[in-house]
Amino acid sequence: MTKRLLRLLTVLFGWALLALPVQGIAETPFPTIIEPEGKKCVEPEEVMRREHMEFILHQRDETMHRGIRTSKYSLAECIDCHVQPDENGNIATHKDEEHFCNACHQYAAVSIDCFECHADKPQKYIQRNRQTALQQQLEQVLASTADKVGDQK
Amino acid sequence: MSEKVCETAVKAQGVDQSRRDFLGKSLAVAGTITVAPGVFLHQTAQAKPDDQPVTGEVRWGILIDTNKCAKGCTDCVDACNEEHGLTGSMPKSSDAQRTQYIRKVTLREKATGHEHSLPMLCQHCEHPPCVDVCPTGASFKRVDGIVLVDKHICIGCRYCMMACPYKARSFVHEDLTDQTLASPRGKGTVESCTLCVHRVDKDGTPACVEACNQAEHNAMIFGDLKDPQSDISKALKEQGGKQIRADLQLNTGIRYQGI
Repeated sequence: MTKRLLRLLTVLFGWALLALPVQGIAETPFPTIIEPEGKKCVEPEEVMRREHMEFILHQRDETMHRGIRTSKYSLAECIDCHVQPDENGNIATHKDEEHFCNACHQYAAVSIDCFECHADKPQKYIQRNRQTALQQQLEQVLASTADKVGDQK
Repeated sequence: MSEKVCETAVKAQGVDQSRRDFLGKSLAVAGTITVAPGVFLHQTAQAKPDDQPVTGEVRWGILIDTNKCAKGCTDCVDACNEEHGLTGSMPKSSDAQRTQYIRKVTLREKATGHEHSLPMLCQHCEHPPCVDVCPTGASFKRVDGIVLVDKHICIGCRYCMMACPYKARSFVHEDLTDQTLASPRGKGTVESCTLCVHRVDKDGTPACVEACNQAEHNAMIFGDLKDPQSDISKALKEQGGKQIRADLQLNTGIRYQGI
């Protein structure tokens, strides 16, 4: 009787051991979060994880409508710290898995709209090509001067 | 008929002005604090701290002297495009669709053939029609008189574009990336001149005015229309300034001379 019980237990334990890695593979892997360099966040990590959207939303309305321009909860400040180029000098866009925001948001299946309008990387890494810019500007001006001669009443 | 309308408008403004003066004086009295007998502490105009909201004690405006505005000069337009990252940001759009916060408009008088040029931008009206028609409240006027689009709540219906008598607004038709800090902008929303609100909040001058003055054209004066001591108010008092489509009684913040 004891022998049979022991055998049953061994089998069960064996199954449990086998099941563990299988379960591990079946789950969506937790995103790898790129650590920002050397600085401390404006709030503790656990607060930011749960409340960051509240902070950003509040700041957004304050800045837009009341002109309050403190930098503590500014989205630009988040980006400046959390989005950095990798060792090859490439910066992930908000659609890549490597982007700080998108890493978690993809995992949580929550889409973000911020980067439809806001830059998804720090300003210092944005290359503004002045040469093509000036050329296009010239073309625009040349094209528009022709049809912008109106008549004064 | 139109003269009569103008007259009423002037009268209405006169009434407003006297009330404003009265309020201004009472505020000035309130602002003067007695520290000790014979010693007064006056409030002086200072840059707004970042954590303070804007107030309705100011109203920002620009006075443009079209006599100094050269035909073919696009210094203000270029500076604006640079500041807001407009240049080359919409390669797929047509010229008519592409965003321009400032357009140079050439006017020709039929009788004499005399031509002159002026920059046309959002007029930052006191009674903005774009705000009246907006179904979501995205188009709004800040208390300091700057008319803006809150793109967070703009649904891109473009009613405001139809309502604006100055054709000052544009719609973004394509996906954008790498926007400037000054001007977050994206597909599906309406946009227009912000009077460089990001600079104004830091006690600065709009990019167009700065560029015009830097190039020594000095055709634009930026300032507080409510402060009688500001350059713009003094110039308006001495030389006057016209509103475009004054008949609409929108009381625009942008005034023109020489038209």
